[in-house]
Amino acid sequence: MGLTQIFASILTASLVGVWMRGTPRILSLLALSVLAVFWFQPAVPLRSFDFWIPSLSILLVVLVWFITSNVGAWKSRHNLIGLAIIAGVVTLVGLTRYIFPDPVLTTSTPPRLILVIGFIFLAALAIITFTTLSRRLAITVSFAIILLLAILVILKSPYLSLQLSIFLRELTGRPTDTASALDFRWLGFSYISFRLIHVLRDKQTGRLPELSLPEFATYVVFFPSLSAGPIDRAERFASDLRKEFHLTQDETLLAGQRIVIGLFKKFVIADALALMALNDTLATQVRTTGWMWIVLYAYTFQIYFDFSGYTDIAIGIARLVGIKLPENFTSPYTKPNITQFWNSWHITLTQWIRSYFFNPFNRWIRGYKSIPAWTMLLLGQLATMFLIGLWHGITVNFILWGIWHGLGLFIQNRWSDFAKKRFNLANPRIQTVLHVGGILLTFHFTALGWVFFALSEPALSFHVLMKLFGIT
Amino acid sequence: MPFPRLFPILLKTTLLLVLFNFAFILISGFPLGKLSLYNKIFPGRERFPFGENQRGYNLSLFNLDAMFAAHVLVGTPKTDDEYRVILIGDSSVWGTLLTPEQNLAGQLNSQNISACGKNVRAYNLGYPYISLLQELMILDEALKYQPDMIVWLTTLESFPKEKQFGAPLVANSPDRVKQLITNYQLPLDPNDPAINHPTTWDRTFIQQRKDLANLIRLQLYGVPWSATGIDQFYSATYERAQTDFDADESFYDIKQNKPLRDQLSLDILDAGLHATNIPIVLVNEPILVSNGKNSDIRYNFFYPRWAYDEYRVMLSEYTAQQNIPYLDLWDLVPMDEFTNSGVHLTPFGESLLAEQVGDAIKNICE
Repeated sequence: MGLTQIFASILTASLVGVWMRGTPRILSLLALSVLAVFWFQPAVPLRSFDFWIPSLSILLVVLVWFITSNVGAWKSRHNLIGLAIIAGVVTLVGLTRYIFPDPVLTTSTPPRLILVIGFIFLAALAIITFTTLSRRLAITVSFAIILLLAILVILKSPYLSLQLSIFLRELTGRPTDTASALDFRWLGFSYISFRLIHVLRDKQTGRLPELSLPEFATYVVFFPSLSAGPIDRAERFASDLRKEFHLTQDETLLAGQRIVIGLFKKFVIADALALMALNDTLATQVRTTGWMWIVLYAYTFQIYFDFSGYTDIAIGIARLVGIKLPENFTSPYTKPNITQFWNSWHITLTQWIRSYFFNPFNRWIRGYKSIPAWTMLLLGQLATMFLIGLWHGITVNFILWGIWHGLGLFIQNRWSDFAKKRFNLANPRIQTVLHVGGILLTFHFTALGWVFFALSEPALSFHVLMKLFGIT
Repeated sequence: MPFPRLFPILLKTTLLLVLFNFAFILISGFPLGKLSLYNKIFPGRERFPFGENQRGYNLSLFNLDAMFAAHVLVGTPKTDDEYRVILIGDSSVWGTLLTPEQNLAGQLNSQNISACGKNVRAYNLGYPYISLLQELMILDEALKYQPDMIVWLTTLESFPKEKQFGAPLVANSPDRVKQLITNYQLPLDPNDPAINHPTTWDRTFIQQRKDLANLIRLQLYGVPWSATGIDQFYSATYERAQTDFDADESFYDIKQNKPLRDQLSLDILDAGLHATNIPIVLVNEPILVSNGKNSDIRYNFFYPRWAYDEYRVMLSEYTAQQNIPYLDLWDLVPMDEFTNSGVHLTPFGESLLAEQVGDAIKNICE
């Protein structure tokens, strides 16, 4: 989200917060969120794909709602209105082709109306087929999860993204030699897919409460958290939506404060640090160990201020419409150990992974009685962090970053057990030393981990690590 | 009224912003550019900040104070055994496509030469854009930093009268220009429309925000500059200087049937050469002498032969009259040793130039 989009979001959210109550509030948030899916979508070099990609996001949202909602739920007036709004917004965006000489809600001119109507027709057909299947075959829900994961894998894998781009270019008769893995940028899909998988899994386990289409769709593509999270839980989000809300002066001030802090973090601190933060180019250019540490520190703080700044902005804007999005960062660099770091860094992602992977994985592995407890722990930590690494991108470096943290969590767990037995932790001096030492160690452990995260190639990362320790 | 307490806050905020915006006018005379982290936290730059490619960790800003404050010259105390040589000129002196070690100052310093019994240390005060007035402005400021000698490299392109206010550094420094015109009694109009004279509104915080952001950005680039020593994006490929030309004999509005001297800004050069008692060596810098299409009419993209030949005669006569040390090195460098322009040299071309300039520096006391 750029500044224009942020300020437009603040303005529209304030208007909704002030003027809309009850159902109109939910419906206006739905319309704004669907609109934002198109408006926030960055430019892609494939013709009209800045329209088709958001349309696919919307299709997936509606499809998953049909699969997870009760039989006949769509016939209710509220849900029909929701459907009409969604179809109406998609059509409206398509119609801008005929109204405005230059694109206004998309980065390029939307496709012809006949194609948009054709898409809506095909989408309806796909929804009917899937919904019918899901009523008869329980496996449809699993299939939907696999479909979402497959799309995620393609988008996160540079190789597969490139192949997809080449395929689409061949399909549309465009030159393939300029194809790039970045061609198919799908705004917010990492977050959209995880929200949808959460809903599908909760449906499978019978924990999903009934949500109306407007509530569900707004939850998944809620405009403040569309591009950078946090990943809320559907039932919590819906409970906020259902509450009576009108924007009070206190809420406005709190929201405003949060937005200003977020803007400052992102556009002043993070963007300034970005000029000197570690990247592939600097990795080969920095001449001395001392400066390498400085550019690494710059990256360490840049990524925090950038991400947490966006989260503050999202939380602030959401507050203007009565949604209290969950916190995603709680001073992570001041934590005395890596476990606490992961409890305060990208919290909603960690909680998601814990709920849908770590806990089930642990339950499963405990079935193997022959495996020692420490091995179970190691495997659990490694697998979880491996997955978090993959969520950021399917590259060797993200995997190494995941393993780094997985090992860190395991070693910290072992050390913690050892220290409890070895040291008199009631002694305040030892407590202080361990606390301060822990903060410094955790911070530097995390900073060193960013060497894998920030760079594209393992060789480059190892070169930087050696430089950091004065080996080259 | 949905927000009874919010409006006073918004009102106060707006008032404070307006107040701060206009209060900023009061400090518009304060040389903010002199506040610099260079030469304090970061090492000074070997040449003036210039460029717009983020990969070069550099930027162009038209604030001479900030440019000097970021330069190594300002942060280097002069020792007893230092013979301080300042190089003035255009992008060829600044060193387009050359590292600080490869450009003229770098090559002179690597020669470890002595002059007048002291060790020569050359400082690169070249700056891209070609205008004698810009060079005089830099020279005038440079004199504050105890030079023992000035080497002023120039070329005909700096001389046309219409080019003098065209350099962005000049156009955006109205006070300095006015001062130069007064101090050196230059026959120029300080109210020339090419100069940006800021209005009161232009001096407010809102209008100054980009300049302020550039000052901050320059400081931030201090980290990658210090860490890498890189101050320019060195493209591996570039378009070579043109060697084939149209049969065009024109050079600005210069008329062939009138004396060239009257049509150029020789008075600005003259002012600079007499600005100080320390020795100034004038160098007619090497240009690309093409053998391509229509090279019988033009030497290169910049110069038709007739104008350049007349210019050389003019400069030679002028320096002889004024008894100014002069090196005419126009054809020193072979055609292949130019890069993307008829005045930008390769490292080898630069070494040929450094040899000649080095000899001139060594011999200055003899």
